[in-house]
Amino acid sequence: MKVLPFVVAAAAVLLSACASTGNPADSANAGNAAIVSGNGASTAGGGGSSLNPAQPLPQVDAAGAEAAAYAGVNGKSVFFDFDQSAIKDEYKGVVEAHAAYLGKYKGHVLVQGNTDVRGSREYNLALGQRRAESVKQSLEVLGVKPDQVEAVSFGMEKPQASGNTDGDHAQNRRADFVYQ
Amino acid sequence: MHRLIAYCWRVLLLATMLAAPLARADLTVDIVGGGSSRYPLTILPMQNEEWLPEAVTQTVKSDLAMTGLFGLLEPPGGTVLPASPQAFDPVPWQQNGSRAVLYGKVTKLEGGLLRLTFWAETVNPREQKLAAEFDVHSSQLRDVAHRIADMVYEALLGSKSLFASRIAFVVQKGKESRLQVADVDGRRAQTVLRSAEPIISPAWSPDGSRLAYVSFENKKPVIYVQDLATGQRRLLANFKGSNSAPTWSPDGRKLAIVLTLSGNSQVYIINADGTGLSRFSYSDAIDTEPVFSPDGRQIAFVSDRSGGPQIYIQPLDGSKTVRRVTFQGAYNVSPAFSPDGRQLAYVRREAGRFKVMLQDLASGDARMISNSAFDESPSFAPNGKMVLYASDEGGRSVLYAASTQHPGRVKLGVLEGQVQDAAWGPFNP
Repeated sequence: MKVLPFVVAAAAVLLSACASTGNPADSANAGNAAIVSGNGASTAGGGGSSLNPAQPLPQVDAAGAEAAAYAGVNGKSVFFDFDQSAIKDEYKGVVEAHAAYLGKYKGHVLVQGNTDVRGSREYNLALGQRRAESVKQSLEVLGVKPDQVEAVSFGMEKPQASGNTDGDHAQNRRADFVYQ
Repeated sequence: MHRLIAYCWRVLLLATMLAAPLARADLTVDIVGGGSSRYPLTILPMQNEEWLPEAVTQTVKSDLAMTGLFGLLEPPGGTVLPASPQAFDPVPWQQNGSRAVLYGKVTKLEGGLLRLTFWAETVNPREQKLAAEFDVHSSQLRDVAHRIADMVYEALLGSKSLFASRIAFVVQKGKESRLQVADVDGRRAQTVLRSAEPIISPAWSPDGSRLAYVSFENKKPVIYVQDLATGQRRLLANFKGSNSAPTWSPDGRKLAIVLTLSGNSQVYIINADGTGLSRFSYSDAIDTEPVFSPDGRQIAFVSDRSGGPQIYIQPLDGSKTVRRVTFQGAYNVSPAFSPDGRQLAYVRREAGRFKVMLQDLASGDARMISNSAFDESPSFAPNGKMVLYASDEGGRSVLYAASTQHPGRVKLGVLEGQVQDAAWGPFNP
């Protein structure tokens, strides 16, 4: 992997302890506006909390510098080849930009892996996970702390393109960065 | 004479009803080949059936046609409807090729109750196979119709029927996902959960009281278990990473799930109350889509440890001896055990098409039971005689049920929107 020395240095200098707390069960409870019905009086399943790391809430900083930095990474995804989870050279810059942002502003990011819309939903979920893990590893190589990143997958459930052409499929094989 | 005229009038009315097209929009029956092995049956309208707010015998016909096991014959117009075994003449039905006839009558009782009396008889030799009576309110007619279909199925075929069960599926309408539960024919669908984010992988608890499913409402996949009677749900698994692919152990006490705690998708076992997590599969590959065998002793799952995704079976005794069971094709996913544990339904990709396969586990022989290009998520009826799956039809996902015994399948056309991720539930308690 090609690593920009500047980014690594910047990340190393700017990284500091990630100091926020959060209860993952809070964010997972029903009552979320997404649920219109379901009588969701959810309680967290046992065993979950200890294995879940703290998830920091979004660090909203009014400073223009951060806003600009965020604008620089927001919505930038990594795209993959068919059946592949390796990050192609042309997307290494995207990963580096996210690593730099995370290093400087210490947020928490969900890396959401995605696949094209063909095949088993659950197997695709696992393939999307593999892509997200690949990005997570690259971020960590660039100095991002493991607890700043959570690799998850949407599988084939969140296609950017709904068609069935090769171009559509290519649009869907990607990893998105969702800052929290 | 007066009585005879009145009787004929009724018959005329019923003959008009019969003339209405039978292929109703809600169930498209596409039976191919193997017709000679289907049970030839004539279902007559019940005498006075026009009193009912819904045509019970139409539902019985539609149910039995759906199974693919009956060849339904149409009675000729003007058929006099027998309202008792004394009035039943087997001769015309011997001539039209029927092996048996279902007939009956409707009687009005006190208090708005309706009495449905019906008989099933073979015609050569004549033998009564079934005689039954239901006193019901008009709101119960659909339940009665499914019950009659089950009784006819079991009386004539001598094996357990399947209409006393329900199906679950996910309907996508625009950006909204709805988890729904319906009758086997797709009617009377009820929404269990609505979400602006996807819902996938519904799985029935063995007693039919709960559904486990994966919801993305928290920007990542987490597993919930929801009680169908109360609508209450609880989080089963929200571990770091993705939480997915829940299925229940046959005793309902545990679930197999897939977590990514090790940085790859692996199979875990967890108690139904969310306690007692333990890892089941150990590979550095993808292991997913676990399903318990009906005897609860082993788990089939998908792994790409050999390259492409294939189906493996591993016992739960801790021995970790893994047996690969699919060798044809480079992509075999989504296994489901038949209720007797002898067969596996799964999806195979071949030449860019995704087909539902049915494999005999002892011999390894597999055959295709679906016929579209993108078929997914097979699940068995609780009697093992049908497999429900989702299929692509010109960009729209629809549900089909295929017979495991004869070629042929039925589309559950009543369902609208993108209907996917079908799961056939157990027998109703």
